[in-house]
Amino acid sequence: MSEPNQLPKGWEMVIGLEVHAELSTATKMFSPARNEFGGEPNTNVHPVCLGLPGTLPVVNEQAVALSIRIGLALNCTVQRCVFARKNYFYPDMPKDYQISQYDQPLNADGYLDLASGARIGIERAHMEEDTGKSTHIGASGRIHDAGYSLVDYNRAGVPLIEIVSRPDIRGPEQAKEYVEELRSILVAIGASDGKMEEGSLRVDANVSVRPVGADELRTRCEIKNVNSLRSVGRAIVYEARRHVDLYDAGDAPRQETRHWDEEGGRTRAGRSKEEAEDYRYFADPDLVPIDPSPEWIDEIRRALPALPKERRESLQAVGAEPQMAALAVTRDLDGLALATIEAGADCSRVMTHVANNLAVEGAERLEPVRLAELVTMETGGALTATQAKQVLAEMVDTGRSAADVAEARGFEAMDTDELESLLDGIIAQHAEQWGRFTDGDDKERKKMQGFFTGQVMKATQGQADGKVVNRLLSLKAEI
Amino acid sequence: MAKVAQLAMLELSDEELDRFTGQLDAVLDLGGRLDAFDVADVPPTAHPYGLTNVFRADTVENDDDVRAEALAAGPEIEDGRFKVPPALGEAL
Repeated sequence: MSEPNQLPKGWEMVIGLEVHAELSTATKMFSPARNEFGGEPNTNVHPVCLGLPGTLPVVNEQAVALSIRIGLALNCTVQRCVFARKNYFYPDMPKDYQISQYDQPLNADGYLDLASGARIGIERAHMEEDTGKSTHIGASGRIHDAGYSLVDYNRAGVPLIEIVSRPDIRGPEQAKEYVEELRSILVAIGASDGKMEEGSLRVDANVSVRPVGADELRTRCEIKNVNSLRSVGRAIVYEARRHVDLYDAGDAPRQETRHWDEEGGRTRAGRSKEEAEDYRYFADPDLVPIDPSPEWIDEIRRALPALPKERRESLQAVGAEPQMAALAVTRDLDGLALATIEAGADCSRVMTHVANNLAVEGAERLEPVRLAELVTMETGGALTATQAKQVLAEMVDTGRSAADVAEARGFEAMDTDELESLLDGIIAQHAEQWGRFTDGDDKERKKMQGFFTGQVMKATQGQADGKVVNRLLSLKAEI
Repeated sequence: MAKVAQLAMLELSDEELDRFTGQLDAVLDLGGRLDAFDVADVPPTAHPYGLTNVFRADTVENDDDVRAEALAAGPEIEDGRFKVPPALGEAL
């Protein structure tokens, strides 16, 4: 992947990402409380996710099924796994530990192929539970001088998958591409809604640098609180440059967790060195291992829908440009586009509609045959591009056919003969401009082409097809 | 011992540190006796029952009474949320 090197010459970035995604289940990971974003504080709670004494967790089968689906989509080995307690004292976890997976995760050793060609290794994708939400209240509202915290446990226990990449990512653009591709996969397989703005998808970045060409892995820092795609790129560049500066000064970074400060555009050291993380993981005695049968895994594999990569390739196979295909998949309009093209419509016009005219509510309900009909009218010259756009908007709103809408609106592209005689009249009225068109340089010619097209459009109230006008102009200039 | 105490957020006096260090040593010694066995071919035990795949269906059971009771159990409530000291004195 070609990417401008954002570091001084001779250095390269080594990046691994940890992506947490909340799973789209009805209930939490270990309790039957509702899994729902928002809501009044502490309304989706249950004795288990409040960590009340005497309660026992029971695994949500659907959360496991979705996690296996993710593992398979990321080409992982799905295996017998064990839940572990990660011990720490924060009020966002009322049990004083988070149930996670440690040395025996559900999914291991996969990979993700990016559209730009790179293959990013996936070390593991394990199940865990989300924490509650603390709001720090202090004089300045900043974390550092918080006077007290208010805790809402609606999110505590929401099923999470943590997807850990290998340190295979080499720059901020590639990191963003990885997150976007991962997000589109999670959404496509129905495992998560992938909404970064609601926190259902969160990214931590492990960043280090090394001399170009070296194999070594130098000390890394883990950057937390990276809440948007844009911040992912910014935080990585900031942190990598900080490392290069330290090495250049004869110093070295130390392994630590740092927080991205979006406003300040910098990372800050987190917990102090003495309190280095030591979570004392151990197998949770309240939970038995999960050992998915080959039959179960196969059943989930068979039910996997087409992944974004495959969907992009299907569109490219019928002639779509890679970027347009990617856009169509992102907008979930690739199915419509493909069916429309397969119904005989011109690919580039279909893709133009996807790019410019179909990013609207209800577009996905459009029937491919109807869109194909519109495109055919357009390519046949019965509608201009501007008219087609208006007809399409009304088709989406009303569900009527292209022919009906065009007729009701009185749209009829002017035929070429009519246009030619009109153009002859305009040329006669503007002999000076016509001379500049026929004898001028490319720039002048272009300018005058715009002038004549404008005159024709004015005279026809936009009913003429701009392409036909241009063709006629060229023809006449050669005579 | 001091490290373990710190991780568990316990404040121990010197006398307690000495006493518990001795006790912890005894526990570690007991565990250390397992070193005499060759366990290379023994799979680690994750759970004594030998059960796997104990699941529940993904069905909501929300109980408003639970919420009221839980909130009532909190020492201090503000805006429906539990009021607590700031991350136990530790800057995030």
